[in-house]
Amino acid sequence: MTVRRVGVYAAALLLSAWVLLPILLIALAAATPREDLYRWPRPLWPDRLSLETLAFFVRQESVLAALGNSLVVAALTIALAILLSAPAGYALARHRFRGREAVQLGILATKMFPATALAVPLAVAFLRWGLYDTLLGVALVHTALSVPFVTLIVASVFRGVPAELEEAAMSLGASRVGAFVRVTLPMALPGLAAAAIFTFILSWNEVFAATLLTVNHRTLPALLVHSVVAEGAPLHYRYAGGFFLVLPALVIIFLIRRYLLTLWGVTVR
Amino acid sequence: MPGEADRPRRLLPGAATPYLLVLPAAAYLALFVLYPMVQAVRLGVTDAQGAWTLEHVRRMASDLYFWPAVRYTLLVTALAVPLQVALALCIALLVNTRFPGHTAFLYVCAIPLAVSDLAAGLIWLSLFTERGYLNAALVQWGVLRSPFNFLSYEHPAWLVGAIVTTEVWRATAIVMVVLVAGLQLLPRDYVETAAVFGANRWQTLRHVLLPLLRPSLQTALIIRTVLAFQLFATVVTLSGRLVPVLAGETYFWYSLYRNPHVASVYATLVLLLSALFTWVYLRTLRPEGEGA
Repeated sequence: MTVRRVGVYAAALLLSAWVLLPILLIALAAATPREDLYRWPRPLWPDRLSLETLAFFVRQESVLAALGNSLVVAALTIALAILLSAPAGYALARHRFRGREAVQLGILATKMFPATALAVPLAVAFLRWGLYDTLLGVALVHTALSVPFVTLIVASVFRGVPAELEEAAMSLGASRVGAFVRVTLPMALPGLAAAAIFTFILSWNEVFAATLLTVNHRTLPALLVHSVVAEGAPLHYRYAGGFFLVLPALVIIFLIRRYLLTLWGVTVR
Repeated sequence: MPGEADRPRRLLPGAATPYLLVLPAAAYLALFVLYPMVQAVRLGVTDAQGAWTLEHVRRMASDLYFWPAVRYTLLVTALAVPLQVALALCIALLVNTRFPGHTAFLYVCAIPLAVSDLAAGLIWLSLFTERGYLNAALVQWGVLRSPFNFLSYEHPAWLVGAIVTTEVWRATAIVMVVLVAGLQLLPRDYVETAAVFGANRWQTLRHVLLPLLRPSLQTALIIRTVLAFQLFATVVTLSGRLVPVLAGETYFWYSLYRNPHVASVYATLVLLLSALFTWVYLRTLRPEGEGA
């Protein structure tokens, strides 16, 4: 019994190290002074830690602009995705209707849909519509990518709120809309917040469409791809960029760790 | 949550209501998913004047990078996906033993869910690059005398290895989520019954758990396969264009050569591969009595 227990812990520790070590290493690389990164033989642990690499990265005008762009795109995506998906999710949770199966199949199909295939034709269309190289354009694509997932999350959130409560409010004289706004919505709010967070991560991390759709208004991932591929950015820039991309995601995933499995579990069903 | 999915609902009796609620999302997806899908195919087979042509398809097929891109995309997928499923299965089974601290372990293993392919590529670049951590460690421990360039065109096997490692690190988490959820749904008494009949742990795993887990395993397998065709940022950050892949070529043809037509043919190819696997997915995995 104890041998088995030791085995279980050893395996768990090993797997945890496999996940955590690379993240610690990129953090270490981002906190290593530039000259240490290029020195050889390279010490495994730098002589001193410094924030100069990160500061150099953040002080670039293009990085600051891209950071702002990423946040604007994410905010627009969250607003649009929730606005579009919340009613659809509610319908799936509360209604049986002809064509429901078709809607679910449609969600399943679009969920599988690669941004890779959408980005080129949308770039061509956006040039005509005046949306190319705009933050709204990127947000519209991110919304298209998130709607199927957010609809599923929202549907499962509304399923968690008993319909009986809504009915009770209505039997006590509340209107249908009133019952929804005053009973169901407050109970669904934490779930909807989780859906918003999921959308944020999706948008913050999306690389391909953002790269193809922007030239002067790049998001952070688009800027990084451009600097790495087209400009051959130096290593310390890449490390700082990598660390900067991961950081918000780490903070968020720590904050919502309790709901993580449910949230992603709903989206892969 | 999933169990009560299909309970009949009595609220909102208006027959049109559900359709009105679904309409905005459906219309939006038609405009931003369906329309571009048709447009991608059209751009690929028409010239600037709008006349039919196979010129772009020919140009793609005769391009130096085309066949390597097809080969490498399939190769990385074929190597990474089974590894991801195997590793995720280990994690899921460990979590399932419910050892003290298993929830913390689960959180840690879920972290890569929030890490993008681009960030993962940059993270592993710091290990694999010539003056990266791996070389520093190998030289310091005396394994190597001088740093080895893992990421050069002279060693395509190492390049692919680095890409597969990064993909396994990044995308095992989503497979794990599917498998952990699948394991939690299994009735506990199956395992207990097997134990009563004298099955050891290995036999229980092999003959009871794995067969029961098959639907989840299939889901995970196919989700990962479909997503693997979108392989882009990991490859670009680690290898540039030394390892060409389909999504990467789409990007290069659009952004570098400014040719949306050939880029569209590549996009359509990715689309067809994804559609093919989605179709297989829908055929083999029709969700049994499952709501959303």
